Amino acid sequence: MAAVAVSVAGLLTLSACGGGDKQESGGGQAARKVEVFSWWTGPGEADGLKAMREIFAKQNPNFEFFDAAVAGGSGDQARALLSSKLQANQPPDTFQGHAGAELQGYIKSGKLESVNFLYDELKLKEVFPQQLIDQISVQGQVYSVPVNIHRSNVLWYNPSVLKEAGVDGAPATIEEFIGDLDKVKKSGKIPLSIGSQWTVVHLLESVLLGSLGTDAYNALWTAGADWSNANVTKALENFKTILSYAGSPQDDWQPAAKQVADGEAAFNIMGDWAYGYFHNPPEGGLGKESHKDFDWAASPGTDGTFMWLSDSFTLPKGAPNRDGAIAWLKVAASKEGQDAFNPLKGSIPARKDADKSLYQDYLSWDLDQWANSKLAGSIQHGVVADDQWRQAITDAVGLFQQDKDVAKFQQALVEAAKNSGQ
Amino acid sequence: MTRVRRWLPGLLLVSPSIILIAVFVYGLLGWNFKLAMTDKHDEIAEIPGDFVGLENFIGIWSEERWGLSVRHAIVFTVVFVGGALVLGWFLAFLMEKGIRAESGFRAVYLFPMAVSFIATGVVWRWLMNSATGEQAVGLNRLFHYLGLDFLQWQWFRDPDFGMAAMAIPAIWQMSGYIMALFLAGFRGVPEELREAARVDGCGEWGVYRHVVLPMLRPVTLSALIILGHISLKVFDLVVAVSGKQIITDVPATFMWTAVYDSHDPAKGATIASYIVLSVAVFVVPYLIWDARKGKRS
Repeated sequence: MAAVAVSVAGLLTLSACGGGDKQESGGGQAARKVEVFSWWTGPGEADGLKAMREIFAKQNPNFEFFDAAVAGGSGDQARALLSSKLQANQPPDTFQGHAGAELQGYIKSGKLESVNFLYDELKLKEVFPQQLIDQISVQGQVYSVPVNIHRSNVLWYNPSVLKEAGVDGAPATIEEFIGDLDKVKKSGKIPLSIGSQWTVVHLLESVLLGSLGTDAYNALWTAGADWSNANVTKALENFKTILSYAGSPQDDWQPAAKQVADGEAAFNIMGDWAYGYFHNPPEGGLGKESHKDFDWAASPGTDGTFMWLSDSFTLPKGAPNRDGAIAWLKVAASKEGQDAFNPLKGSIPARKDADKSLYQDYLSWDLDQWANSKLAGSIQHGVVADDQWRQAITDAVGLFQQDKDVAKFQQALVEAAKNSGQ
Repeated sequence: MTRVRRWLPGLLLVSPSIILIAVFVYGLLGWNFKLAMTDKHDEIAEIPGDFVGLENFIGIWSEERWGLSVRHAIVFTVVFVGGALVLGWFLAFLMEKGIRAESGFRAVYLFPMAVSFIATGVVWRWLMNSATGEQAVGLNRLFHYLGLDFLQWQWFRDPDFGMAAMAIPAIWQMSGYIMALFLAGFRGVPEELREAARVDGCGEWGVYRHVVLPMLRPVTLSALIILGHISLKVFDLVVAVSGKQIITDVPATFMWTAVYDSHDPAKGATIASYIVLSVAVFVVPYLIWDARKGKRS
């Protein structure tokens, strides 16, 4: 019943918006609205959106930016509303989505227009890394414009807790990591902090990548991939061992990251949005000093590989204001737009020609890694698996957390891959 | 003609609500059952879905997550319904014994009812924080201060009895209401009956055992139905306390992920159907019993 109520509510807001639009366009020469749908409402990200919006307003005096942001971290609520809008064939002019497989449902059912023409016009294939283009293409077509890049495989740690436990520096391999976790455990601190269920899926993707290596990991997401082999078993065994060192689960990723900052826990594996939380002044962050209060490295066994995720914008078929949407995509793809957005959001541009001086501390390391690493896509954040597959993996992880049965876990992952039809 | 005049105005008066209920309750229920019997497993693609009979209803039992969420719902229901009934009865019993400032106490016990499950959940999420030892907050911290460290536990994150912990905020919220029901029930027992029992040599306990409790049966049944149907479709409380995690999965949260994360409307509708059916198991016998009783009197 709740689901019905929500979708009915979604439709109601939708028809309300639709009515408003019609009245506007009847008004004659007034600027035409461009409805930009996103979930950027938090500190940092909303500022970044505003900066891009100002550039858009300057370049397009004949269009009016309409912010259709829906609050809620990682876009759960936003995506629920979006799917009901698209289902009713009443799309916003452009919407935010994680680049990659998350958009596949929409692509397959023909809700999105290919933006290859834009890539050609703006010569985007020259400024985005080739591997990125490959990983977001579906049969030669690209359906979104990536605005930013986040990194998923980052190991955050507390240097003084490591020192206390007799660990010198971040572990380079999974085996070293397990050894270090054990040392920390003996010193009486929490070896590894974790949050709610999705943070454990996030941990899984780093452990899979670190255990299997980049090529084998990337092969898992291709047609006919073999999830049942012994290497995957080994990786899942590692995952089980690593989880056995985890502290009690926190409510979300922030409290888990805070345990590291507060010196209660040694390690945490989280995406690079954690940097802003560690580093920003106390209103939005913890005000900690990098390399002293906290430090980072590639998650164990993944040095030289960048596990990426990206927010991107799309061109829905039947967008009421297609020209406006294209104008927005051009801003989102431009160097100016990306360099205005990303320093505020705490991410790096997808473009290779960004102004390096704007990116300091962690972000400069990040930018350097982006330019010089192999790429692998994130599971939890919608790059390699579509929503159905990701949910099946999430369920398998949730059940595994309870029964710790590796064989059953692997079987569930094999089934998930088989049913994905990807 | 006069006959028509007698029933027509009444019918006109109730017909808007009949039509609204027919469309928005039974119509949508029917639509839901119909959807559950199709293979529309893709929300976005524009396929109507073919009729597959009861395939979804049978298939879901082979999913481990479904078994788990049903088990969770049963544990939650038993602890919540049992806990709220016993606690509500006990509070009413104390009130009935003629406590001083009774109306004050009554208001205090009833207040939690005015809070939504979401607000309750947010507060109890903090109270039931699973950290123990030095990092404990919430109730675990309280136990720590009181020197009762052995009472610290994982609360809703406990793999076996987590759902029992989840029932605690629900009990907190609903027991005041149950108290009010029982209090009305106690007051409905005529003083003459009690006195008659006492004259016949009943002790105070005997009066309750043989006179008051049997007369509370209808109230108990109503309370059971009210609590039971709240419990079987619990969603807001679970989401506010723990979000969408397997460890506290119930059918309603499973339905949410099936529809909005897996984009599988048929599966969501199947789960919704099971929730409706499980509530019906509670409610329909009550309605039948109620109707029979009405006829008899």
